[in-house]
Formats: sequence, C-alpha cells, structure tokens
Amino acid sequence: MIKINSKNVDVYYGKKQALFNINLDIEENQVTALIGPSGCGKSTYLRCLNRMNDVIDICRVKGQIIINDFDINDKSCDVVRLREKIGMVFQKPNPFPKTIYENISYGPTIHGMAQSKNEMDEIVETSLKKAALWEEVKDRLHEPGTGLSGGQQQRLCIARAISVKPEVILMDEPCSALDPIATAQIEELIDELKKDHTIIIVTHSMAQAARVSQNTGFFHLGELIEHGSTDKIFKNPENKKTQDYITGRFG
Amino acid sequence: MNKNKEQLLNKRYKAEKRFRLYGQSAIFMALLFLTIFIFKIFSTGYSAFQKTWLIVPVTFDAELMMLEQNPSKEDLKDADYYDIALKSMADLDPNANEDQENELKRMVSYFFEREIKRELLNDPSLIGKTKDVYLTASDDLDQVFKGNYPRDLPEDQRRVTDYQLKIFDQLVELGKVESKFNLSFFTYPDSREAELAGIASSFMGSIFSILVCLMIAFPVAVLAAIYLEEFAPKNRFTDFIEVNINNLAAVPSIVFGLLGLGILLAVFQLPRSTPLVGGITLSLMTLPTIIIACRASLKAVPPSIREAALAMGASKMQTTMHHTVPLSMPGTLSGTIIGLAQALGETAPLILIGMVAFVNTIPGSPLDPAASLPVQIYIWAESAERGFVEKVSACIMVLLGFLIIMNLFAQIIRHKFEKKWS
Repeated sequence: MIKINSKNVDVYYGKKQALFNINLDIEENQVTALIGPSGCGKSTYLRCLNRMNDVIDICRVKGQIIINDFDINDKSCDVVRLREKIGMVFQKPNPFPKTIYENISYGPTIHGMAQSKNEMDEIVETSLKKAALWEEVKDRLHEPGTGLSGGQQQRLCIARAISVKPEVILMDEPCSALDPIATAQIEELIDELKKDHTIIIVTHSMAQAARVSQNTGFFHLGELIEHGSTDKIFKNPENKKTQDYITGRFG
Repeated sequence: MNKNKEQLLNKRYKAEKRFRLYGQSAIFMALLFLTIFIFKIFSTGYSAFQKTWLIVPVTFDAELMMLEQNPSKEDLKDADYYDIALKSMADLDPNANEDQENELKRMVSYFFEREIKRELLNDPSLIGKTKDVYLTASDDLDQVFKGNYPRDLPEDQRRVTDYQLKIFDQLVELGKVESKFNLSFFTYPDSREAELAGIASSFMGSIFSILVCLMIAFPVAVLAAIYLEEFAPKNRFTDFIEVNINNLAAVPSIVFGLLGLGILLAVFQLPRSTPLVGGITLSLMTLPTIIIACRASLKAVPPSIREAALAMGASKMQTTMHHTVPLSMPGTLSGTIIGLAQALGETAPLILIGMVAFVNTIPGSPLDPAASLPVQIYIWAESAERGFVEKVSACIMVLLGFLIIMNLFAQIIRHKFEKKWS
C-alpha cells in the first residue's frame, strides 16, 4: 500500500535548484531508506514531507506530495495538523531542556490528546516503552532529559515523536552522533516501530540501510537515481551510479 | 640550524612573558584607580553616617508653653514650644547677652523646637520637669566635632563663632556631645540645612523612576525583540530597523532629556519634576539596551530546539512562547537589570525634565515631585556648606551599593538559570 506519493517535486534554495523532479512512492508500514552522498538532497526531500523547509525563508517547494489522498503542498493544508501526523527525529538528539516527562508530554498537551493526568501518565509510559527507554528512566522521569546519554537522548526524541501517534516518522541520520551499541538499539527499535508507523530514514551508512530498510532510494546531485526494494538496490542495481556508490567507488 | 631554532624558541618565550606582564600591569592599573576612587569616597563619606547631638537640659514649663491644667493630647500638639526651646539653649550660659543667646540658638538645627515637642508628646508626664534632650547639632558644629572644620581660621572667615566654640568645648568636656548613627540621612528628605538633609526623597524618586522605566521598557523591548528575531521577515526594512535600534543605543542621554522636555512636558503636559516623566524618559534610553540583550539571547537558543518543537506540531507562536522565550529569559533579564542600572545612574535627562528641583517632601507616588540619587549628588555637590561635602560621598556610596547589588543580581540570574547545552 502506498502511503506517500511524490509527484514532480522540485526544491529551490533561492535561485539554486536542490531537487529535480522527484517521483517517489513510500510504502505503508515499511522502512524506506534514502541514501546518497552528502549534499545530494536526501535530507531536503525528507524535510519536504513534513514541510520543515517552510522554516527556511529562501526555500521553495514545487510539485505534489500526496499523503492520505491529500496534497500537503496545497494552500489549505495546515502544517500543525500535518506535523502531528508526521513526526520527525533529527540528526543530533535535541531533547527540550526540560524533564523527561515534559519532553514526552509536550506533544500530547499541545494537541489536546489527554483529558487527565492519568491519561497523560499512560501516554508517557507507552511512548517510553515503545522507544525501549522505559526501564532505564522510569525512576527519574522528572529529571532533565538533557542529562541522559546520547543514545538515550535519541531514544527520548523517538519516544517524543511517537507520543502523538504519528502515521509516519521521518528520521534524519538518527544514528550519526551515536556509538555502535546505541546505533544497534535504535535500529532494533526502528524494526519494532514499523508495525505501527511508516518510517523514512536518511542514512549515510550503507550497512544500516541494508539492515533496517525494505525499500531504498538513491539520490545523487538532487536527482532520484534509482529506487526499489532494498534487496534489489544492493544486489542488483540497474543504474551504474548506484552500483558505484554502493560498492564504495564514490561518495 | 639548531642554534637558530633555539633563538626562535627563546624569542617566543620572551614575547609570551612580555605579553603577560602587559596584561597584568593593565589589570593592576585598573584596580589601582578603582581603589583610589573607592578610598577617596569612603574616607570623605563615612562620617556622614554619624550625626552629632547636643544633650541639653530642657525644662517643660507649662506656663511658657501656654498650657492649662491637665492638657489633652491636642493641647500638647498645639502648645508653644519655641520659648522653652529658646530658654533651654540660652540657659547653657547664664551670663549670655542677647546676641550671644542668638548664637547659642544657632548651635542646634532649626528642628530643635520639634525635637523638644516630640519628647513631650512621647511622655506627657514631663510637664513641669527637666530632662536632658538630644538636639541635632548645627552642621558646622557637626563638622567641628568630626574634625573636618579648620578651627584655626580667623573668626570672620568661619561660620562658627569663637563664643559658640567655647560653649561647645565646655559641652564636650561635660560629655554632653554625642555622636550617633545618622538615621535621618536615610529617613529625611532633602533640606537646605546639611544636618537635616537626607536621601529619602531622592531614593524614593529613583525607585519610582526605575519602576516606571521597567514597566514601560521591558514589555515593549521584549515584544519588539521577539517579533524582530522570531517572526519578522529578514529583509532590507528589518535591517534598517536593526541599524536604528543600535543607533538609538548610542544616542547621548541628554538628547532623551530634551525629548522628554519637548514632548512629555510641553505637548502632553505631564507634571514636571515627577518620576513618571523621568521614568518614561529613561525607558527610551533603556529600550534599545533590552532589545539588544533580548535578541542576543534569543539568537543563542539553538535552532535544534525550535526544530524539535515545530516538528512536534507546535505552531510558530507556541514554539516561541513555550521554548525559545523561556530559554532566552535569563539573558534578557540580566540585560534588563544592566539597562536599569544604567538608567539609575543617569543624571542629564532628569535635570532637563526638572527632577533637579529642590524637593523637601518624600514622594508617595510617581506623580509627586522628586529628585533621584544621581541628581541629589549633583545638587549637594553644588552646595556651598561644608556639611554637604560628606553627604555627596555618602550618597555616592548608597548609589554604588545599589548598582553593585543590581549587577550582582544580574550575574546570579545569568549563572543560575542559564541552561547548559551539551
């Protein structure tokens, strides 16, 4: 089942075009990895999906991105509602400088998802459990989230993202600041999360893409060179550039 | 080759040593100036915190006070104290002629009548009895007692006569002169008489001005800073505004005083010499300082926090109010306090809007005429009497103490509440 359908997406930073005519379908409840060398536009594309590019004054997005039969680039689209549906995890862990509990409860609070303190406690607990962090922090929920280790902080950010029950989770190189053990934990978590969420992950690590994703898209110089099932991209790429990149000849 | 390298090394070490020396001597110089300044102020000013009293026996003679039998409280208030006050001073020297009696009277402040009255109101049973009463010594005798007065000047160049000095010395010998903590310096308003002059009116004037300034400048500046930093599009117009805010911060304060005079007093007809007008004028000066501090601390909030909030589906407004602004508050507040401390020390604009007027009442609201601490320093420094010299330094000490406390507070806020970014 197709969750996100991008049609002819072009992105410009001022006069410079960063993405050229991207057409990409994202499968529901699967992990899609976006790979490619630095500056190829994969993060730019990812940020189109929850309109985070709006924050950048000079950035313009053209084309259609259809999620649930609705074009998110349409004027009638409310970004707040959109971002409630499409969560995001960033490259560097960025918990709010507040308590662990407040980090998780922030989203549900502003979206009015809990009627009582009990309900909120439950949301916090399930979110932390889903992010495999509950056991480590259950005794110190009211301590600052910034006091956790890097890997824990990133799982806290994932817990924060899933607290509002998004349909899609965007991950922008979520493991690039983490050590191998923390990376393994996050990857395990991603596998777990795909049951309930559609996940799109940008990564620099080919091995990671191969491990966690079912589909892969390869970007190069602002173009989507090739996409398809991860198996096919890694074992039998159609395009010469894809093959060169995967075998480490450039990038 | 090797020798050359050794030379280079030596040269580098020497250069580093020299640089350290320059730096240390610069700090030493700065500290030296500061020490001299503080020493000078303290050595001149500390005596102002002591006040000299003459202990004079006063006979509460009902007849002289025009009191009837069993007077009521009201009667005591309305009684005539001048005669007994005058008599008790004249009695210090039973052989005094009329001129000398006048000189005796001038050994105490013109408040002496009220001081005697207060004594009786506290204890009405004193009627008909004699009691030693503390009377404020005149400012010249106060200075004589503190050793600040050159007694060896010829008599016609002194404000204290030989006769007064003779009586005073007798009183000192009898132990009838006492020096006590000068509470009235803090509780009395300004006065033409140095011995009665206090900082109460200017202190309250400063407090009211600063409060008015804070209430106007803080909300306006914070809103302006938040809008400019978080919401306004970055274009030529906002660049232009930014340049102008920086220019505003560099405008000499006297110009703001003229603005206050020309607009607040002349056009809006606000009451002259009041902390309200002073505060508004000072707020114009403080505004750019707070805007700049607030913008700087908003800029220092990492963009990742904004992204995190936006990605959670917070609106721009929620992101700003829930995350960015609270995180920027320590910097904003300490910038505000520093701006207020600047305003507190400002003199020129207040002189222009008339806060330099002689005010001998303590203001109860920002709408009452008042002076301010720095203006009080200016007024006293201009006065001729010797008694005001120490008062100037004492007032400077109070102002400096105030400023140090404010700056300390700013420092504490910044260190205690600033979040550390890992």
